Amino acid sequence: MKNTALTDTHVALGAKMVPFAGYNMPVQYEGVNIEHETVRNAVGVFDVSHMGEFLIEGPNALELIQKVSSNDASKLEIGKAQYSCLPNDDGGIVDDLIIYKIKDETYLLVVNASNIEKDWNWIASKNDAGANMRDLSEDYSLLAIQGPKAVEAMQSLSSHDLSAIKFYNFVVGDFAGIEHVIISATGYTGSGGFEIYCKNSEVKQIWDKVLEAGEEFGIKPIGLAARDTLRLEMGYCLYGNDIDDTTSPIEAGLSWICKFNKPFTNSEALQDEKERTPERKLVAFKLDDRGIPRQGYDIVDSSGKTIGNVTSGTMSPSLGVGIGLGYVPTVFSKVDSKINIQVRKKAIPATVVKLPFYKG
Amino acid sequence: MNIPSELKYTKDHEWIKIEGDVATVGITDFAQGELGDIVYVEVDTLDETLDAEEVFGTVEAVKTVSDLFLPLSGEIIEFNEGLEDEPEKVNSDPYGDGWMIKLKISDESQIESLLSADAYKELISA
Repeated sequence: MKNTALTDTHVALGAKMVPFAGYNMPVQYEGVNIEHETVRNAVGVFDVSHMGEFLIEGPNALELIQKVSSNDASKLEIGKAQYSCLPNDDGGIVDDLIIYKIKDETYLLVVNASNIEKDWNWIASKNDAGANMRDLSEDYSLLAIQGPKAVEAMQSLSSHDLSAIKFYNFVVGDFAGIEHVIISATGYTGSGGFEIYCKNSEVKQIWDKVLEAGEEFGIKPIGLAARDTLRLEMGYCLYGNDIDDTTSPIEAGLSWICKFNKPFTNSEALQDEKERTPERKLVAFKLDDRGIPRQGYDIVDSSGKTIGNVTSGTMSPSLGVGIGLGYVPTVFSKVDSKINIQVRKKAIPATVVKLPFYKG
Repeated sequence: MNIPSELKYTKDHEWIKIEGDVATVGITDFAQGELGDIVYVEVDTLDETLDAEEVFGTVEAVKTVSDLFLPLSGEIIEFNEGLEDEPEKVNSDPYGDGWMIKLKISDESQIESLLSADAYKELISA
């Protein structure tokens, strides 16, 4: 199992460590609920260095990216990032990712830790154009500093005006005494803040200074358990749960990152699927009664017949009710549709709702 | 780690307090710490008579679901309804307000097979 550059730091902080995507990662420090609330109300810092980073460079970099990714990377300007996915040839998704335009002919692709090798091989197999590819995953660390107080708490660490970095924009600059760090106004929590990409050798200094600068704002280190409850309250898809090699971006509600003004892997079939409406859709639901939906639970209709399955579920710390995502036939996908979640012996009524679950 | 000496324990990390023919059952301090923030305790076997080792309910933390096993055969005569609104009491006071059920013991000879505090301590430190 791999460690991040901060594994010893997490252990010293008393984190509970678990294996995740081949890495020894902190799942929680103090407790998932308090960590969740800290991000919603103040600011928290996550070590998410397990994420993968590929650099795609050269005159054919954009051509390769346009071919493998569903969003339109030609729209990216330097200093902007874009959420996208890598469709496979069979209607599914190889991975979802963020693409950063660092400079002309240089793009950074940030992928899920569990898919680093699969993505690398997939992209390399499509690289007829001969773009230069480098896997930086082992050399780079990633910290997410998230929460409504992130800008204010971190401003003393950079000469850049952090409040001026718009959502899905980034700067390459100084942070916590380190030069050439990517300060990106992205995240997976819905509470605002930054993601900081730096070299492994730099991350301890940044981590320490982030905690120091954030102290008066109530900053806490946050584990993967709260990362999951935070993202689920926003309805952000998690690869391996809500999307995978067998789910299409159209049925997963990711049509907005499929731009059919350019060809990409499997784009014709996906465009067809979009036009004729998919057979099933990923929906968000809230339980009407007490209970907690979990990944793999059946979704049943009023007669008890299985119509789909839960892909993510939890007790929402912010709302205090069971929430989840799952696939259902399109006829059940309208907001306010009534479905039931089979929780052990009971079918618990649930209502299809609009995302996000949590609205600040 | 708090392991009160006057209680009995099981390898499933439950504690049992015996008063006459009634046993009060909860989960140990060790168990609540391992589970993390508890968000739901479900007992749908109230008034049922079950055998020892049968599942009498479920405790759910944010990321996990765990079955609760009956430590002794008997009838479940009470569920701690305070846990419906405040399941976090299992974390904050596992041996007090976080108790889960009361059980009318049907076979007192089974009590002998429960673990003492010392034996439980050995189990979790092993």
